[in-house]
Amino acid sequence: MSEMIKDISQIDYYERVTIDNPRDTESCIRLKKTTNARICLGRAGDRCKTETLLKFRADHAVAMDAVWSEVDESIVDQLGFFKVQTLAEDKEQYIKRPDLGRIFSQGTLDGIKGNCIESPDVQIIATDGLSACAINANLADIYPILMDGLTAKGYAIGTPIFVKYGRVATMDQISEAIQAKVTILLVGERPGLATDESMSSYMAYESSTLKPESQRTVISNIHRKGVPPVEAGAQLVNLVEVLIREKKSGVELKI
Amino acid sequence: MILKTRLFGKGYEFKDIKEVLAKANEEKSGDILAGIAAGDTAERVAAKVVLSEMTLEDLRNNPVVPYEDDEVTRAIQDGVDPNAFGMIKSMTVGDFREFLLKSSEDEIKKIHDGLTSEMIAGVTKLMSNMDLVYTAKKIHNLATCNTTIGERGTLSSRLQPNHPTDGLAGIMASTMEGISYGIGDAVIGLNPVVDTISSISAVLHSFKDFMVKWDIPTQNCVLAHVTSQMAALQKGVPMDLMFQSLAGSQKSNEAFGITVKLMDEAYEVMREKKSSRGPNFMYFETGQGSELSSEGHHGADQLTMEARCYGLAKRYHPFLVNTVVGFIGPEYLYDGRQMIRAGLEDHFMGKLTGLPMGVDVCYTNHMKADQNDVENLALLLAACDCTYFMGIPGGDDVMLMYQTTSYHDIASLRDITGKKPIKEFNQRMEELGILEDGKLTRKAGDPSIFTA
Repeated sequence: MSEMIKDISQIDYYERVTIDNPRDTESCIRLKKTTNARICLGRAGDRCKTETLLKFRADHAVAMDAVWSEVDESIVDQLGFFKVQTLAEDKEQYIKRPDLGRIFSQGTLDGIKGNCIESPDVQIIATDGLSACAINANLADIYPILMDGLTAKGYAIGTPIFVKYGRVATMDQISEAIQAKVTILLVGERPGLATDESMSSYMAYESSTLKPESQRTVISNIHRKGVPPVEAGAQLVNLVEVLIREKKSGVELKI
Repeated sequence: MILKTRLFGKGYEFKDIKEVLAKANEEKSGDILAGIAAGDTAERVAAKVVLSEMTLEDLRNNPVVPYEDDEVTRAIQDGVDPNAFGMIKSMTVGDFREFLLKSSEDEIKKIHDGLTSEMIAGVTKLMSNMDLVYTAKKIHNLATCNTTIGERGTLSSRLQPNHPTDGLAGIMASTMEGISYGIGDAVIGLNPVVDTISSISAVLHSFKDFMVKWDIPTQNCVLAHVTSQMAALQKGVPMDLMFQSLAGSQKSNEAFGITVKLMDEAYEVMREKKSSRGPNFMYFETGQGSELSSEGHHGADQLTMEARCYGLAKRYHPFLVNTVVGFIGPEYLYDGRQMIRAGLEDHFMGKLTGLPMGVDVCYTNHMKADQNDVENLALLLAACDCTYFMGIPGGDDVMLMYQTTSYHDIASLRDITGKKPIKEFNQRMEELGILEDGKLTRKAGDPSIFTA
């Protein structure tokens, strides 16, 4: 009863060659190590092998589920985030209507103004974006580093805000509502087959709906196997200092 | 021209041709996002009825973006052959659908230079999926670079060896694996991460060296911005095909950093400096939704804007044109059903425009689609003699983060439909012991063939 079929997601594919009788196995392993593309797979007739098929399906399943998953609100509750929702009513509408995921109702904006610290030096926002899993995986690691670093440097930190069904541009409306100097938005990236946990951080100085997208400074690929969240948190603290000193962000800022 | 009808006793009235075209479109999330889609299914049908009674001349005279305002409209309208147009101008769109269904390839080719993109988009909206397959299968548009693509009985493929950091060893590993499956007769073409002249040159040289060493008759390409490729050409790199993404309006092309004038210049530079032999040396990619995405759709639907991309592409006698059908995301094509419809539409429109049309049958992870949808659309397109498909290791593009057809899929499609790669390429694959009578041999699928 305790026997279990192996977890195919845990197999190391880095040097795995599944070609039947290759001319030169050592060469295949050498080629395989040069790329994370799915090579040296072998075949069954013209089709792929069962292992190849199931691995692909498993990786796609994780990516699909990430898009349709929800943020674990106990995480944002424990960290003391103020929770709001964009005009998107549910996940399906959110996916179909990116415009609705960028804006809030007047009532929601009034709620933000009434409940959150005004004119902070730094406003932190977290939003699901296209992968709630990225927030679930990284927020609890990155947030304390950010808070400690920013507090140590003496910045006034705003009430952290969690946006349900949010896209990047929500940071502009929030920044305008509470008059933040620097706004940091943490958002789940569109998942690939390689990982569903990748998060991006967008920052802007006096983030505004009137400014172009190029106002934003970005750190992407934040996850365990990319830029680790703890390291990204430290980078963000340093960037806040630069943005406040230079009074600008995005393409205007030459780092 | 009448813009009113009744359906089951209910009246429908449309304000202009642009509204009729938009509302006659099969359901696409992008048209809903743009706020121009039919309000319900009955209104969609009413719009199709009104469209079916319009003449092709009405569509010619009412481009969705005015001639004075848009250089893509001008490029398309100025390219119309007046004699060919004269033969069809009085047909209604409904008549034109039946003309295409009844006519032979030769008869269709006699009139295709008389068409504008709005006419092509219009008739597409009246076609069912099988109509699109049935008609597209008649049309074979040939083009010649180093080899000739589009011959009846061939199914070609782009070898797409993308790598997350443009690592040359990794790119060549995926290339070797691909060739060992008989992939790459259309082109060996990389989407680069870095758009620099040195990187473009290094990749083009690697491809060319491999092609020379193993005597592989095909074309090389790096899908960088056209201005970067022009700069690389000035340094004397071997470039068989020049690439650019196209959009269906001037404004959206500006978002891509191109104009008709720039493309005309690029074409001339390439004609002079290219390393390939034939008269067709341009490669374009398109895809429904890019105009809305860059706010250059002018209130027109995404299918009509896509048709205009092909109208512009025709100006440059391309060797390859493919739509990247499900790349842009679910806000434009929501699910497998919309993706399959769009793939059939785009392929048909490209063929009717006169292009050697291929399709990147693909989806992103936030679409409601999976590899089964890709395989369904690929089979349908293979049934209508789609010129070429993408070949990617395991169907997973590790740089662009989307999924498309795999090396295995290309081999399977050829087997299922009894097709082969381009003649010279096929012959070389047979000499290398990879293909035999168009099918993979026991030796195939092993990249270490090329490490000897």
